[in-house]
Amino acid sequence: MKAIKKLWMLVLLMPAMAIANTGVHLDKAPSNLNDKASLQRGAQFFAANCLACHSASYMRYNRLMDIGMSEAEIKAILPEGSKMGSTMQAVMASADAKAAFGVAPPDLSVTARARGTDWVYTYLRSFYTDPTRPSGVNNLVFPGVGMPNIMAGYQGEQVLEVEKHGGAAGHEVQVLKLVSPGAMTPAQFDATVGDLVNFLDFMSEPAKMVRYKLGYIVLGFLFLLLILSYALKKEFWKDVH
Amino acid sequence: MTDNVDRSKRRLLLAATTAAGGVAAAGVATPFVLSFMPSERAKAAGAPVEVDISAIAPGTMKVVEWQGKPVWVVRRTPEMLDLLTKHDGELTDPTSSVPQQPDYCNNVNRSIKPEVFVAIGICTHLGCSPSYRPEAAPADLGPNWGGGWFCPCHGSRFDIAARVYKGSPAPTNLIIPPHQYLSETTLLIGDDKKKGAA
Amino acid sequence: MKLLKNFLEWIDYRFPATETWKLHLSEYYAPKNFNFWYFFGGLAMLVLGIQIVSGIFLTMSYKPDALFAFASVEFIMRDVQWGWLLRYIHSTGASMFFLVVYLHMFRGMMYGSYRKPRELLWIIGVVIYLALMAEAFMGYLLPWGQMSFWGAQVIVNLFSSVPFVGNDLSILIRGDYVISDATLNRFFALHVAAIPLVLVGIVFVHLVALHAVGSNNPDGIEIKKNKDANGIPLDGIPFFPYMVVKDVVASVAFLIVFCAIVFFAPDMGGYFLEANNFIPANPMQTPAHIAPVWYFTPYYAILRAVPPMFGSQFPGVIAMGVGAVAVVFLPWLDRGAVKSIRYRGPIFKFFLAAFVVSFLGLGYLGMMPVTPTYTLISQVLSVVYFAFFILMPWYSKIDKCKPEPDRVTFK
Repeated sequence: MKAIKKLWMLVLLMPAMAIANTGVHLDKAPSNLNDKASLQRGAQFFAANCLACHSASYMRYNRLMDIGMSEAEIKAILPEGSKMGSTMQAVMASADAKAAFGVAPPDLSVTARARGTDWVYTYLRSFYTDPTRPSGVNNLVFPGVGMPNIMAGYQGEQVLEVEKHGGAAGHEVQVLKLVSPGAMTPAQFDATVGDLVNFLDFMSEPAKMVRYKLGYIVLGFLFLLLILSYALKKEFWKDVH
Repeated sequence: MTDNVDRSKRRLLLAATTAAGGVAAAGVATPFVLSFMPSERAKAAGAPVEVDISAIAPGTMKVVEWQGKPVWVVRRTPEMLDLLTKHDGELTDPTSSVPQQPDYCNNVNRSIKPEVFVAIGICTHLGCSPSYRPEAAPADLGPNWGGGWFCPCHGSRFDIAARVYKGSPAPTNLIIPPHQYLSETTLLIGDDKKKGAA
Repeated sequence: MKLLKNFLEWIDYRFPATETWKLHLSEYYAPKNFNFWYFFGGLAMLVLGIQIVSGIFLTMSYKPDALFAFASVEFIMRDVQWGWLLRYIHSTGASMFFLVVYLHMFRGMMYGSYRKPRELLWIIGVVIYLALMAEAFMGYLLPWGQMSFWGAQVIVNLFSSVPFVGNDLSILIRGDYVISDATLNRFFALHVAAIPLVLVGIVFVHLVALHAVGSNNPDGIEIKKNKDANGIPLDGIPFFPYMVVKDVVASVAFLIVFCAIVFFAPDMGGYFLEANNFIPANPMQTPAHIAPVWYFTPYYAILRAVPPMFGSQFPGVIAMGVGAVAVVFLPWLDRGAVKSIRYRGPIFKFFLAAFVVSFLGLGYLGMMPVTPTYTLISQVLSVVYFAFFILMPWYSKIDKCKPEPDRVTFK
C-alpha cells in the first residue's frame, strides 16, 4: 500500500512540474466549451474575419453542427463553391498572402492546441502601433509579427508605454494604452476575442466534449468491473493459506 | 485445496465478472470496428448533391457525380414517355417488381415527375456505365429502339426508364437513387428525407 | 460435453494444447507471496497488446509521407470514425508502456530478480527495453510535428559524433542529409513491422525463460527448495486460476488509470503529447525549447551533463548509452549474500534510494532548459547514477544482511 501511495504522489505531481514559460504574462482566456452561444459567436466571427487570409484546412463546415449551428446557419457562412462537408479554406491564396505579409498565414485548425488558448487570447489583444514595422503594428507577445492588426477597427489603436513600478528604483513594466477607441468598448472587445478563442479551442479538438462524456461512462463501468473482479479474486484466494 | 468452498457463490461471481468483462470487450471492440466505416472525408465526398435542372433541354441528359458514381438526370420528351407503356413484353421486369427504386418511383415512369428521370448510371451486370442513346431506331440498335441506354461492355439494353430489355446480360433494371425536389428547378440527389423540400 | 472432450482429444493428439495449458497455467506454480510490484510484468504484456491493436488500426489511416503525415494524423483525429480514440489510446499506451516497464525493472532491482539463476531472463528483459526505446523513438517521428522532427534530428545527430564514421553513419540512418521523407518512410517501416516483430519474439522468449527458472518473489528465496510429496512447491500456487484472477484485478485498476488519461488528459499536461507537436515539422525553424518525451529524459540529462572532450560530444553519447544499458551488468555486479531488499543491510538500501533519486532527478532535469545550476545538479546526479553500478561489487558485499527465512512470508 505504501508503494501505491508513493506512486500516486508521483502521478499527481507530474502536471505540477510544468515546463517553465518565459516571457510576457499571458491573460487567462475565458474558455468554456459548454457555452454553445459563445462558440457560435466565435465561429461567426472566425468565418467573417479570419478565413479571409487563414485556412482551417482540417475543419469541416458541417462539424459546426456539433456546437449547435443549424444547416441554414452554416450555409449562410459557406463561401462560394464550398459545400457542407468542405474544409475551411482561406479566401486569399497562400502564395498571395505570403507576398503581402512576408509569411504565409498559418493554418488555424490546431493553433489553440499548439500555442495554448491563453497565448492566443493575449496575442489577439496585444497589437500596438509601431511605425518601424511594414504593417505599422507590432505585438507584445509576438514581436515582429507579420499579421496586420485587422482588429483595430473593433479594438481601437493601442500604443506601448513603459511604466515604472515601485518608485525610481522599481522595475519597468510594458503596458498597452488605448489611445483612440474602436467600434467596441474594451469589455466588448475582450468578450469577442474570448468567443473567438473559445471557438479556436473547440476547433483544435472537435471530439473533446464527446471524449469527456464517454469518459465518465467508461470509468463508471470499469469501477463496477473492479469491484466484481476483486470479489472474485477474494473468493478464489480463500483457497490459499 | 479446501473442501468447504461455497461453489455456487464462486460460480456466480465468475459468471458476473465474465459477463461484465464481455460487455467491456464488446465496448472496446465497437470504436475499432466503427473506424472502418466511411470517414467524414468520404462522407463529404458522398454527400447529397444539389442539381440545377432548369438548363436540361428536353431529350438531353446531365451527368452528376454522387458517392463517386455517375448519376443521370434526363428531361424526357412526351414521345419518349408515350413509348414506356408500349413494349412491356420485351422487358425483363416491366413493372419494376425488383426493388431497384424508392417506393415513390415505383410507377410506370420510374420517377417522381414523369418527364424528369434520375438513375444511377451503372450497369447492373458488371458495373460499366451505359451510353445514352436517345435517338429512335439507329442503325446499330435496330428499328424498335425508342431511346434509352446501351452498355458498350456486354451489350445490355435499357429503355428510357432504365428498364432492362430481355436478352440482355444485365439481370435487373438500373438503380434509382433516393432524391427529392428542393424547388421546381433544384433536385437533391442522395437524400429524400430532408425537411422543407418542395 | 462429450463432443467437447472428443474434440480436445483430437487436438491433443496433434498439438500439445492440454499439455501447454497445464505446463504454463494450471500446473505452473508461482510464489503465493507476490505483492503489488509483481503486477507490472503482466501489465506490460497488456500494454503491448493494446499498442499492437491500436497501432494496426492507426496504420490504416496514417500516411508515411512528409507531405501528408501531419494532415493524416489530423484526419485520424477528426474525420476517421472514433479515430481520436484510437490515437489517444496509442499515444497514452506509449507512455504507460514505459511507466510499467520502469516499475517492472525496479521490482527486479529491489528483489534481486536478476541474480542466479535468472541472469539470462534479466538480459532478455534489457533487450526488450532497448527494443522498446527504439520503437518509441521511431514512432515519435510519425506525427511529423515540430517535436517529432527536431527530436529525431537531435538524436540521430548523436550518431554523427562517433569518431571517424559518425557523419556517414548518421546519413545512413536518415537516408538524407537532414531528417526527411526518406527517414519518415523507413522509421514507419521499422516502427510498424520490424521492431514489433522483434518485440513480440523476445517477449515470448522472456516468458519461456521465466517459466524455465520460475518466478522470484519479494523474499528473494527459491520456492523450489521446499516441495511436497508430489514435487509441488509448498509456497507455490497454480498460476491458473489464482494468479490470473489477481492479475485481472490489477489490469482493471490499471485500465482505470489508463482510461482516465485517455478521456480526460491525453496530453498529460504536455508530457504525453507535446504542444509543439501540433505545429507541422518545419526544417527551417527549431522550436525555442526542445526536450525528448519524459521516458528518455534521464539519459538525455546524462548526455548534457558530460562536457565535450577533445572537441567531441562522443563521451556524452557514450555515457548516455552506457547509462541506458547499465542494468544489464547487475547480475555480475551484485555480490550481496541475499537477493531481496527485505534482508539487505542499510548500505544497499541507501544506494538504491540514491539511484532512484538520481534517475527521477535526471528525468526532471532532462526536460528543463540548460542553466549552469541545472547542469551542475545533472553532473552530480549522473555521478550518483553510475556510482550505484560501479560501487555495487563493494557495497553489496560489505553490507550487513539479515538471515533469509526458509519459507516465504505470507499472512
